Amino acid sequence: MSATHHHHEEQDFLFKYIFSQDHKMISKQFLITGFLMGFIGMVMSTLFRLQLGFPGESFWAIDFFLGSWAENGVMAPDKYLALVTMHGTIMVFFLLTAGLSGTFSNLLIPLQIGARDMASGFLNMLSYWFFFVSSVIMLISLGVEGGAASAGWTIYPPLSALPQAIPGSGLGMTLWLVAMAIFIASSLLGSLNYIVTILNLRTKGMTMTRLPLTIWAFLVTAILGVLSFPVLLSAALLLIFDRSFGTSFYLSDIYIGGQVLEHSGGSPILFEHLFWFLGHPEVYIVLLPALGITSEIVSTMSRKPIFGYRAMVTSILAIAFLSVIVWGHHMFVTGMNPFLGAVFTFTTLLIAIPSAVKVFNYITTLWKGNIIFSPAMLFSIGLVSTFISGGVTGLILGDSALDINIHDTYFVVGHFHIVMGLSAIFGMFAGVYHWFPKMFGRMMNNTLGFFHFWITIVCAYGVFFPMHFLGLAGVPRRYYTNSEFPLFENMIDINELVTWFAIVAAFAQLLFVFNFFYSALRGPRSSQNPWRANSLEWTAPVEHIHGNWPGEIPEVHRWAYDYSKVDENGEYISGEDFISQVVPLGPNEKDGGH
Amino acid sequence: MVALVAIVAVLLIVISAVQTLKIAELWAINKGKVIYEVTQKQNKVQALLMLVFLVAYFAFFAWQVWKWGDLMLPVSASEHGVVTDRLLNITYAFIIPVFVITHIFLFWFAYKYAYNPNRKATFFSHSNKLELVWTIIPSIALTVLILFGLSSWNEIMTPVDSEKEHVLIEVQAQQFSWSARYAGADGKLGRAGVEFIEGVNAMGVDIKDKNSKDDKIVRGEIHLPVGIPVQFVFRSIDVIHSAYMPHFRAQMNCVPGVKTQFNFVPTITTEEMKKITNNEDFNYILLCNKICGAAHYNMQMDIIVESKEDYEKWLAEQKQFAEN
Repeated sequence: MSATHHHHEEQDFLFKYIFSQDHKMISKQFLITGFLMGFIGMVMSTLFRLQLGFPGESFWAIDFFLGSWAENGVMAPDKYLALVTMHGTIMVFFLLTAGLSGTFSNLLIPLQIGARDMASGFLNMLSYWFFFVSSVIMLISLGVEGGAASAGWTIYPPLSALPQAIPGSGLGMTLWLVAMAIFIASSLLGSLNYIVTILNLRTKGMTMTRLPLTIWAFLVTAILGVLSFPVLLSAALLLIFDRSFGTSFYLSDIYIGGQVLEHSGGSPILFEHLFWFLGHPEVYIVLLPALGITSEIVSTMSRKPIFGYRAMVTSILAIAFLSVIVWGHHMFVTGMNPFLGAVFTFTTLLIAIPSAVKVFNYITTLWKGNIIFSPAMLFSIGLVSTFISGGVTGLILGDSALDINIHDTYFVVGHFHIVMGLSAIFGMFAGVYHWFPKMFGRMMNNTLGFFHFWITIVCAYGVFFPMHFLGLAGVPRRYYTNSEFPLFENMIDINELVTWFAIVAAFAQLLFVFNFFYSALRGPRSSQNPWRANSLEWTAPVEHIHGNWPGEIPEVHRWAYDYSKVDENGEYISGEDFISQVVPLGPNEKDGGH
Repeated sequence: MVALVAIVAVLLIVISAVQTLKIAELWAINKGKVIYEVTQKQNKVQALLMLVFLVAYFAFFAWQVWKWGDLMLPVSASEHGVVTDRLLNITYAFIIPVFVITHIFLFWFAYKYAYNPNRKATFFSHSNKLELVWTIIPSIALTVLILFGLSSWNEIMTPVDSEKEHVLIEVQAQQFSWSARYAGADGKLGRAGVEFIEGVNAMGVDIKDKNSKDDKIVRGEIHLPVGIPVQFVFRSIDVIHSAYMPHFRAQMNCVPGVKTQFNFVPTITTEEMKKITNNEDFNYILLCNKICGAAHYNMQMDIIVESKEDYEKWLAEQKQFAEN
């Protein structure tokens, strides 16, 4: 690859911007597509929050966005479920899986390990285009007869298998399954590429123990994806067979629409097992890149080495390992054998240990640091807060005996939105603010970033914290309205408050959108290393060139966290509070966290 | 027309925002600043906001507990529910301090160690002792939680001993209603399946099975005797539903093709609960808690808990299956 990179310099528009095989351009494509999908997902959530906060009231916005899904500005009950389903699907897969991993794995892996590009630029391009096609199909499914998929993002059959059960299980569900199959192909192409690149294309001196934590996180994320996404693909294929070719993998003993169906012998619980075998690792596929990004930013902006580098790597590995053997905690009350429930409780609660280690290490990294509050740093600190706030309630949900009564209530919605949704999106925002100069050669506006962060974190907690109380009061999730139960009469105030916070949070994202496009086009030009950071990407020139470095790829001599390293007289070794990875070790200097 | 005005308005806002930002940046450059660097002043403000947020976050938490504490579910109306509520409180006693303490450290450190050009950050990259401490302490705490949780779970999930006095009820879910079948005098439920559904026999009970004859089918509400174990068997005839009885801390999915079960001992009658909750209209409910279709949000059945005598009287009034 290093020999050929000069051939690509002269390129026409089509191959430079559209069918690019350059990881930096592909990264931007993932980012923009991901954010666009995320924006659509956010608008959906704001619309169904309107219905939940003010049930049955007519809104101009609902009428405008939903059209025939909402007569007179009030959405129909099954369309509410379609919105919830598509919101979940888009946010989990399109924004936080492809958008997050696709953007930062692509941007940072070659730049931080010292490679000219990904192992296969062509597969990388395919990965993006599969993702793009999948996004388009998913969006088209919103407009088809019967509406989009409406069985929840977990698409449990038989609801997802039978159009008689809900209109969205017709063509909408077919397109959902097709889009996801293509999405999984995209994810696998990307992940295999990331793994191969990290293992094989590291520059001289870049040993595994000198890798920045971002790369460790991307590597483990990719491995998780390769192990678990194919299982979802098989689940989806079997569902397609049940839906279209009369098989009975998941269906049995069904009487619907006045007739007995011929399916017999299948079990929906099989689908649940297959789904959650991906579904739970998916949580960490979403979360680990965000944690990796945060590790990097917290260290850089505290001007201190990340505390416990080896413990951080170990805990990433431990979390990833455990994440593959905990899926059953989504199924405690499905009728699964109670003994299995006991096993999954045990493995689930164990995850708290490596997670706690990560939190304590972040906090210790701040201790006696010299903290610069860039917007990226704010979002990183926000991530640590959401990771704690959402993580501790996991000890309740993961305990099968306690889960019985809060399973599928708003407690769950509050929990996973904070620990997975907020943490991952905070990590993504942090990454964009921090590596924006690497992507666009320009800087984002700090003041807008400050406002964006504070409004977002306040409103996010305003939206999701009260949901725990709803759940403890027994309010089920995925209810179109709570007004049919006298038991939930007093909950309307909580729902209204949550909706107001959601509306403000949604508008606050416009600050980010504006800042993003303004800065990409007009922002002040960046210097080569604006954050005075150690890792390799900041030794590459601001201008994007094929092959990343104009001459030789730099050689690495130390780990990425030599911040504020001093000699025996208490003076900075390099004269500054950071030492780039390319600087050779001094005669008495030890490498790594010693 | 409205759309056009809206588009023009948005455009104007964006253009003026761009110009404002541009002017602000030129102004800063004129004063010799590197405009993307976080200034000392900005940094101090952000550090202070860290503290403000810490206080505000805790205040918000406390306000919610104070404001909504009363809306939570009342005391558990089942035997095992008392145990799980205690387990929940023990878990709170562990996680709330963790939540508070880690947040104090996080935001306090952020405030305290804000950038100061006259100070150097401490190069502190690891400490085996510290890391061992915060691996071992959570491990011990979790061991306690796991052991307590698992013993409760095993007790809850053990079916009622069929030799003991108990009530056997089959609950059947369908879009979007519940029906129930009591085992009757023989204590046995007759065979049932979707293939037998016909006309009034909406639960698909097999007429030929002798155990079916004295089964009693009810809709709209079920009655339970206080103090006697109730063994539920759940079925669904279309999609997955979930029978959720929050006051009894009970929930189990109803899965087509699979029989699931749950059991509990009701301990508080409906009348007593009306007094406890200070609500004359109080009623126990069974509601659907697994997305099942458009009217999922309104799929419910009342549960009445009463004395054994009242329960038996009510049951005697219900028709046997053979009488239909």
